[in-house]
Amino acid sequence: MNQLPDIYPMGDGAVTIDLGNRLSETLNGKVLAMQDWLQQNSFEGLKDIITAYSSLTILYDPVLIKSHYRPPRTVFEWVRERVAVAYRQSAASATSTPVKHRIPVYYGAENGGDLESLARQKQLTPEEVVRLHTARVYRVYMIGFLPGFSYLAEVDELIALPRKEKPVMVAPGSVGIAGSQTGIYPFACPGGWNIIGRTPLQLFNAQSKNPVLLKAGDEVEFYEL
Amino acid sequence: MSLSIIKPGLLDTIQDMGRYGYSSWGINPGGVMDSYAARVANMLVGNEPGEAVMEIHFPGAQLLFEQNALISITGADFTPTLNDNEPVSTWRPIVVRRNTLLHFPKWQYGSRCYLAVHGGFCVPRWLNSYSTNLKAGAGGYQGRRLEKGDEVPFKENSIYFAGLLKESREYQPLNWRVDTGKTYQLPHEILFTIGNEWTQLTHTSQREMLDNNFIIHPFSDRMGYQLRGVALQQQHPAELVSTGVSFGTIQLLPDGQLILLMADHQTTGGYPRIGHVISSQLPKLAQLRPSDSIHFSMVDMPTAEQLLFSQEHELSIIQRACHDHLNQLVC
Repeated sequence: MNQLPDIYPMGDGAVTIDLGNRLSETLNGKVLAMQDWLQQNSFEGLKDIITAYSSLTILYDPVLIKSHYRPPRTVFEWVRERVAVAYRQSAASATSTPVKHRIPVYYGAENGGDLESLARQKQLTPEEVVRLHTARVYRVYMIGFLPGFSYLAEVDELIALPRKEKPVMVAPGSVGIAGSQTGIYPFACPGGWNIIGRTPLQLFNAQSKNPVLLKAGDEVEFYEL
Repeated sequence: MSLSIIKPGLLDTIQDMGRYGYSSWGINPGGVMDSYAARVANMLVGNEPGEAVMEIHFPGAQLLFEQNALISITGADFTPTLNDNEPVSTWRPIVVRRNTLLHFPKWQYGSRCYLAVHGGFCVPRWLNSYSTNLKAGAGGYQGRRLEKGDEVPFKENSIYFAGLLKESREYQPLNWRVDTGKTYQLPHEILFTIGNEWTQLTHTSQREMLDNNFIIHPFSDRMGYQLRGVALQQQHPAELVSTGVSFGTIQLLPDGQLILLMADHQTTGGYPRIGHVISSQLPKLAQLRPSDSIHFSMVDMPTAEQLLFSQEHELSIIQRACHDHLNQLVC
């Protein structure tokens, strides 16, 4: 922990700390621990925190920070230092116990148009793909792209398949595979993931006080309906 | 106590300064494209800078004021016209009488204009913001663009300045106007700071990015501007895991073209971030249109911050002046 990871600006209103540009439970745990720490040790001008696989980005208001803390040099350098402190002082991983979700899925047919072709490309039967997909507990690494869109990993390499060349419209609740990731589309939208099934669960509900079902750090298990 | 949509425009939504604090749920800040124009629109009518405004694209909606109101129109100039008479000027407060029609017959300049009413529009907040999130179908006016027949209510104190209207007039522009200073000067010259993946570009491509112009493609929208220009090359294309992005991020697509993320950008992305348009330049960027060209110039962080602070200083002077003018009128 003595050596600092890469901390760099994203323009004049955001700073990113990058722990290693890879998919790792340890790095992701540290990202979430830093988020917890920053929420408890917030500062004037901290607008938002974006957590991703192995990086955390702070969106900040340079004008507020300047008038409030009067940094001697640039506001960026001041925020960079705060991020370094967050890195040093936060725990190694998030302390809260992960929430477990069991997610029902209708696999194949009209609910999972790509199941057969995925099975064919991986020289498996559709049943084997479903068995492998439901056999694991996945970690929610991040929520991004769309409100409530979850990035879960990692699927068995026997069913890992790169995303499609061209995105097509997918239905809400669609469960897809992209590389070693699996995830669920909360809305109808153009998507490039290989769709193998569909859950009747509502992943996003704007009216709810807690509009997003899955959060980074949660655990997900799929079962066949 | 409202404004009704007689005829919808291309894309009219209720927005504010954005919804912050929910990015880790995948909910992007959104908000107005041109924060300078939106803030001045509010200042002109005596509102807090973060009140909800209407963001209007061309062709704009036809709107009917169903009550007296103090309004302002800023940003793009679509020749705002009241009751089929002469156009009224933008960047100026105007008192309008009940049953006044506002429409935008002709495009003059820019991409988005902002309508503010004194007191603000009365729409519910979603996650602490009035901004319309079209993806989530939430925020703003019922989570969607404004359509024919919609009635957008005003907050109760909107009636306050209506007494300024002279008996015989249908509407009356007040006698001051905001000069936007440097904000929209040199609209095609866009300043940026380098992004983390800038050094992945070949030296030739780094030079090409600075020497060439890039054209805004017609597919551009509130999510992002697709740029067309010389295809830029990376030295060793590396696979990146998704990382945070923000309004102004310049990403390099696999085909070597650039995409510039705008207000409705997604929260994370996996393409190389080769630069970030600086905050003080986002308002003029927001007013560019498809087929306009952009010339990128690089600045360092101290310069980027200084430009933002001087713009902010200018806005604080405008706010004070607007406040004083309005106060003198009602005292």
